[in-house]
Amino acid sequence: MLVRYLSQIGKYFLMWKEIFNKPTKWSVMRTLILKEIDDLIIDSLGIVAFISFFVGGVVAIQTALNLTNPLIPKYLIGFATRQSVILEFAPTFISIIMAGKMGSFITSSIGTMRVTEQIDALEVMGVNSLNYLVFPKIIALQLFPFVIGISMFLGILGGWIAAVYGGFGSSDEFIGGLQKDFIPFHIAYAFIKTFVFALLLATIPSFHGYYMKGGALEVGKASTVSFVWTSVTIILMNYILTQMLLAS
Amino acid sequence: MIEVKNLVKSFGDSKVLKGVSMVFETGKTNLIIGQSGSGKTVLLKSLLGIHTPDSGTISFDGRIYSDLTKDEKRELRTEIGMVFQGSALFDSMTVEENVGFPLKMFTHNSKSEIQDRVDFVLKRVNLVDANKKLPSEISGGMQKRVAIARAIVNNPQYLFCDEPNSGLDPNTSILIDNLIKEITEEYNITTVINTHDMNSVMEIGENIVFLKNGLKAWQGTKEEIFRTDNKAVTDFVYSSNLFKKVREAYLKG
Repeated sequence: MLVRYLSQIGKYFLMWKEIFNKPTKWSVMRTLILKEIDDLIIDSLGIVAFISFFVGGVVAIQTALNLTNPLIPKYLIGFATRQSVILEFAPTFISIIMAGKMGSFITSSIGTMRVTEQIDALEVMGVNSLNYLVFPKIIALQLFPFVIGISMFLGILGGWIAAVYGGFGSSDEFIGGLQKDFIPFHIAYAFIKTFVFALLLATIPSFHGYYMKGGALEVGKASTVSFVWTSVTIILMNYILTQMLLAS
Repeated sequence: MIEVKNLVKSFGDSKVLKGVSMVFETGKTNLIIGQSGSGKTVLLKSLLGIHTPDSGTISFDGRIYSDLTKDEKRELRTEIGMVFQGSALFDSMTVEENVGFPLKMFTHNSKSEIQDRVDFVLKRVNLVDANKKLPSEISGGMQKRVAIARAIVNNPQYLFCDEPNSGLDPNTSILIDNLIKEITEEYNITTVINTHDMNSVMEIGENIVFLKNGLKAWQGTKEEIFRTDNKAVTDFVYSSNLFKKVREAYLKG
């Protein structure tokens, strides 16, 4: 069991090496990158915006409802919303949601290409199929921090609307909370995490799709396994990066 | 010409190819036949470089594949056209994008030159009105013809076909067989076809290799297959009454 996991991890890193071997012609690669930006980034904006806005609102309401002691200032609603959204919700939980959305898309599309021999066709033609299929995804996902930036903004906006229009506090109190003890490095920390998660989101689902064996049923199984491993790896990296960047 | 010498390939404990040697000649349709599990697909995938043999050599007009560098192997692969069993067309691309793909990847031709060549080969495979369609919008026979067009668009030296007739009706099968034979002769390429289809064997088999249990059990032409008394071949080829009668009629003259 352990040997199998170690062998898979080794295979994953060897895949990284192969991705950068024999690059595809730039004129073709440019088109592929633009297509991946459309499929992975632009197509994710709607769901990210929707989830961020409402979860931001819920965080604000939950915080407000738990502030039962009149001595606790109302600005804490804004403060808690900001900290929750910027530090964890936007970078980590949106990444896990994207492991489901983008990850299953990547695994199933590459897995279907494997099953229908399209990857063999690329290899037989002399194309480095890993570079052709995975490299554009890695480049497209460099825009993932942009998605997370939008998520942060909409999460806080959702919190502000829920707090003010829900009657839990005034706009000034909420905005005062947003500005209270603000540490700019937290934004950098969130984007550093997002950059690492983007690399994981591009490569782990690709790995599971590319090396899958079997038929249609196995494509479904590979998508599930890919989601589990991408999520587990994101959570682990989140812990390691938080320890490295905030606790040291 | 492709020359295979003492090719051995195993998967775990299972030895699939047990030292096969054969020659596939240029300008001829070379057929590999045999029962399921006889090693046909493994042999074809070894020829294509998808499987790495345990031992033995494959040489393409004197170039021994295992001796080539990674770049030389990729270069050689640009001389290979392959028609997969399920066509393996890229389903996100239209018919003309599929056919033009090898040109786009490996040549510096202008868009109009690529388009001209794509139109030419699509016309060659009698497919003219499907340029803008996706593979999912055309029939299985048309998909096979697109796959053949894609395989020949780059003027390959070697053409490999894995079960080109599977899933096709008899009329379309004959069209595909004849198309492959015409292309082989017209461009003087080395064509290797992996097939179960006895109609193909009788129609276009100029050099037939019969595999059994990972070994070459017989090699000959379509005329010789009527006269052979090799039991393994006759049991396989003449397993149906129809082909038994065809053989009897042929032998009676």
